[in-house]
Amino acid sequence: MSSARDTVLGRIRDALALAPTPPVVAPRDYRTGRALPDAERLALFTDRLLDYKARVHPCTADRTAEVIGGVLREFGVRRIGVPAGLDARWLSGYEGEVRQDHPDVQPAQLDALDAVVTASAAGCAETGTIFLDGSPDQGRRALSLVPDLHVCVVDLSTVEAGVPEAVARLAPERPTTLISGPSATSDIELERVEGVHGPRTLVVVIRTDA
Amino acid sequence: MSTFLGMPAPPPRSPYGTGNLRGDRAFPRAAHDELGNDQLRRNLGRATGTIRAKRLNVTGEVPDWEALRDAGSAIKTDAMNRLPELLEQLERKVTERGGTVHWARDAAEANAIVARLVTATGSDEVIKVKSMATQEIGLNEHLESVGITPYETDLAELIVQLADDKPSHILVPAIHRNRDEIRRIFLDHIPGVDPDLDNVPAHLAAAARSYLREKFLTTKVAVSGANFGIAETGTLAVVESEGNGRMCLTLPETLITVMGIEKILPRYQDLEVFLQLLPRSSTGERMNPYTSLWTGVTPGDGPQDFHLVLLDNGRTAALADAIGRTALNCIRCSACLNVCPVYERTGGHAYGSTYPGPIGAVLTPQLAGMHAAKDDPNSSLPYASSLCGACFDACPVKIDIPSLLVELRHQHTEQTGVTPEKLAMKAAAAVMRRPALYTAAQKASALGRVVAGRDGTISRLPPPLSGWSDSRDTAAPPRETFRSWFASEEGRAALRAAADEQNTEQNTEQNTDHDDEDAT
Repeated sequence: MSSARDTVLGRIRDALALAPTPPVVAPRDYRTGRALPDAERLALFTDRLLDYKARVHPCTADRTAEVIGGVLREFGVRRIGVPAGLDARWLSGYEGEVRQDHPDVQPAQLDALDAVVTASAAGCAETGTIFLDGSPDQGRRALSLVPDLHVCVVDLSTVEAGVPEAVARLAPERPTTLISGPSATSDIELERVEGVHGPRTLVVVIRTDA
Repeated sequence: MSTFLGMPAPPPRSPYGTGNLRGDRAFPRAAHDELGNDQLRRNLGRATGTIRAKRLNVTGEVPDWEALRDAGSAIKTDAMNRLPELLEQLERKVTERGGTVHWARDAAEANAIVARLVTATGSDEVIKVKSMATQEIGLNEHLESVGITPYETDLAELIVQLADDKPSHILVPAIHRNRDEIRRIFLDHIPGVDPDLDNVPAHLAAAARSYLREKFLTTKVAVSGANFGIAETGTLAVVESEGNGRMCLTLPETLITVMGIEKILPRYQDLEVFLQLLPRSSTGERMNPYTSLWTGVTPGDGPQDFHLVLLDNGRTAALADAIGRTALNCIRCSACLNVCPVYERTGGHAYGSTYPGPIGAVLTPQLAGMHAAKDDPNSSLPYASSLCGACFDACPVKIDIPSLLVELRHQHTEQTGVTPEKLAMKAAAAVMRRPALYTAAQKASALGRVVAGRDGTISRLPPPLSGWSDSRDTAAPPRETFRSWFASEEGRAALRAAADEQNTEQNTEQNTDHDDEDAT
């Protein structure tokens, strides 16, 4: 008896022989390679994020620590988790406990964090999407998932106009997470509720000159 | 096997009696009962109305929406054309990146693979991401039968599982439940839930969060489906909203993903099309809250043991039909359900399959077949439509569902063999070919007036023609045929009158023009 693999592949070849169809080349007439001025990308990105009920703090790079400190104070955060490669200067405005993440940190320990602060890999203005790719300043996926508050720093220079431009920035082999607002559900009468299993609060710090 | 003979053999459907691709009653009977449920109709009407408005809003704001649909449709068609090479490429890439690929001919084989993998970890429970494929194969039922407890973690799937209910919608499986019913289900079935829980959706979602949090943090094995599998890179994608998907894909030690072979995309770049088409068509959002993309195993990040189960279960049978195979292009957005006048009234349960609504009516019979001899409920699905075409307009990958329905009706009629209806149609064709016979038959048809009721319709015919009249009323034949009326004095008089009237109208128009000129 042949393997399931050989059987399934054999069936597919049979099917294609029974119903041959002409080769297709996908037309790609949709918008690609769009570039928008900084001010327009900032306005669009901010508008989309607010629509998802995310909180948005635009600032210049030199105010990063001040803004992050202010946000963590506002939410009464006492213990944060950070990825190993996060710029330590970003936390100079925060006085609480900082736990640097490590692969051996168990999920339950992540659950004991009040918040997580990460950088990001890219953004998409038109959809209000942030891309995390597990780089050292973003950390492993569990870190930005389990804590209830995610403070995410996005540099405006990495925010693209549309989805094709943003996807082009990604490295396929990296574990990638697309985040568009806080976790949400529409499962009850298709009414959107923000906050289920992922972070219930998403704060986006947009650095307009970085 | 067939390849030894050099002659292609039609691939088999999903084996009869396995999985969740067949109801126990024909659609009209099941729909009849569902239509009696006022609460269901109110819930559905409200929910589908909401989502229709949202979808139109976010698809309307994209100026290149039609170009995206064309691209999406062509990319899927190209993927189906090149399925063997793409699947082999996907397998190679996933394996290179530390994953293990399994192949399953049908539901039973896929279930056995997953159960074996779970057992090998020593765990007797799994957390699950909402997945149509695992619903289709009845994975939960199988796992329970071998002593493994599956926990559904999507809010709607949780509601369905707690109530021992069945999903009724691709995107929102508990769409048939309203907030009061959901509150009742939670109070009755979630251990330790706050007895004062009210029906506010945010509070219900919070109750689900606290119930599932401990499961996420402690369960060692997760099972997911996949929205897309990228052949070029071996990357898998899960598109979701709540974060339960991220939890399952990230926290456990072992991840088992069950993916239908038709979910494959050739290139990573193709995501730029589908990440625009899917969320806007599905939840009516510009982007869904979370999408996870992973490639095999990443040291130090996420599950270190990854298995991909590639599932056939009738998909190759659909692929063997040049028309029907376009149903495999479906990306499970559920837009066709939300615009369908039939679905909106009957709900998803009446279809009897994991895949309800217009796409279900074409996909289910192709995956699982229509067995005429067994009085198969699936044979009724291609008729569960008014062919209004709204589903075709809404479909982000342009599946021509109405044409597929007609084709399946044709196939069903062909395979059903000789019926009184078919004989009657044959007789009619023979008569219409001979003018003299046709005239005589038309005269005889006046007899139909004898069986018509007072409202001028024939609603019940005696056997063997009762099959026709059971499902539609027929207008009684007119007193006189058009041909005999046309030849009569009355007909000639009517034609003369019509001609006179037209002449008068033309004269009036000319007069009117003249008046206008005078006025200027």
